[in-house]
Amino acid sequence: MIRHLLSAESLDADTATGVLDTADALKQTLLGREVRKLPTLRGRTVVTMFYENSTRTRVSFEVAGKWMSADVINVSATGSSTSKGESLRDTALTLSAAGADCVIVRHPASGAAHRLAGWLDEAGTQVVNAGDGMHEHPTQALLDAATLRERLGELTGRRVAIVGDLLHSRVARSNVHLLRTLGAEVVLVAPPTLVPSGVQHWGAEVRHELDPVLAGVDAVMMLRVQAERMHGGFFPSAREYSIAYGMNETRLGLLPEHAVVLHPGPMLRGMEIAPDVADSPRAAVNEQVRNGVHVRMAVLYHLLAGEEVAA
Amino acid sequence: MASRQQAGAAAPAGQRELLSAGDVARTIARIAHQIIEKTALDTGNDHVVLLGVPTRGAPLARRLGACIAEFSGVTVPTGVLDITLYRDDLRKQPNRPLEPSSLPAEGVDGALVVLVDDVLFSGRTVRSALDALRDQGRPRAVQLAVLVDRGHRELPIRADYVGKNVPTSRSEDVAVRLTETDGADSVLLRRQETPTAGRETR
Repeated sequence: MIRHLLSAESLDADTATGVLDTADALKQTLLGREVRKLPTLRGRTVVTMFYENSTRTRVSFEVAGKWMSADVINVSATGSSTSKGESLRDTALTLSAAGADCVIVRHPASGAAHRLAGWLDEAGTQVVNAGDGMHEHPTQALLDAATLRERLGELTGRRVAIVGDLLHSRVARSNVHLLRTLGAEVVLVAPPTLVPSGVQHWGAEVRHELDPVLAGVDAVMMLRVQAERMHGGFFPSAREYSIAYGMNETRLGLLPEHAVVLHPGPMLRGMEIAPDVADSPRAAVNEQVRNGVHVRMAVLYHLLAGEEVAA
Repeated sequence: MASRQQAGAAAPAGQRELLSAGDVARTIARIAHQIIEKTALDTGNDHVVLLGVPTRGAPLARRLGACIAEFSGVTVPTGVLDITLYRDDLRKQPNRPLEPSSLPAEGVDGALVVLVDDVLFSGRTVRSALDALRDQGRPRAVQLAVLVDRGHRELPIRADYVGKNVPTSRSEDVAVRLTETDGADSVLLRRQETPTAGRETR
């Protein structure tokens, strides 16, 4: 039983598989139903606290909470007391005092979710990390794993390439940890300027050239080039990046027949992924979003449905 | 009877065998006959669906369906209805894994649904099943079939088909074992270390 979901690194194989199996069961349960509403989390209050822009993650957490009958309340940095200068800690304690059972947080600072969990633990409020700076985004890794399981079956022995802006990517970090926990092999592909320091401890192979990697993988995960976190020249031009590391029709042809193309979104079409690849049946971008709702329902179920853990 | 006493004597200390493997098979066959008779199944007027409540209700529903097909020649659609997400005691115990529900393709709208479970105890599982069923559609009527009714109801719920009525004390536990889930058929009455307050065994 997990108390907070702060990182994919802290998930063991049993817990992760448990969440993925629950997500799968929820998907089956809701399939083709007119009323997509379960009474499971009735009376529980979930607050999403987003200090960074987001469409997918926020919407899918909100839908997930609502489909489980929890009361979901959204707080964003603009339009809340944060813009008056209130600290993260005070905002969080306020939300907890106002009755939040679970706080889902996205924050530009790495480690924000951990700090929050420390502050809220005593009050019994549970924390889910929805992306903290360049650190982790565990529910994204879980929904990617759910999508890969659906397309490929069990992940043991599978080989997954993660391509692009590794330096700024919490998605990459979470995925490396989770995929390895689930028994898959990970190969990271990026220009040397976008490889984070310490990557040698991640347990994944690092390559700088994309084409030779493609023939031997079961899935390719393309990362968005995060211009908002880039202060300085990491590559000469967008066009040059796209030629060296973008997923296009030619590269799609180098992949094995069964291989899947993933993208966590938002996609920069023409930059890291060509439009016709993004819309091809080989890409699972919309499946990822669909699975995101079920995975987040499963996470809320595992965190909130069971016995209260003594604080 | 002799065989039952023999089997009962073989049961380990602290537990008593209520039904042997042969009894379980005969009981299921009897319930199947009762369902055919009570729903007038062979007249073909009604659309009957059997829904098992996991864990052991699911194989029981399948066996009932097979018996009904054998005795009446009518194939009855069977399915599984997981009620975990509808329980009223989720917060009182550790998380349970979910089992996927699988309903017959034609759905339950307008059908006579027979819910199938192994033990009827407090009635809370059945209440949850009724809630779960409401989200799946609108059956014409709902009936309940159980292998064992052990009493101690906490809700105004009764079964339409009962394999065996067993007077029990709350400190006892009725364990249904089926080949599909436990390797062999039997129903045991056991003494329990801690009495379950209104919690059904599933």
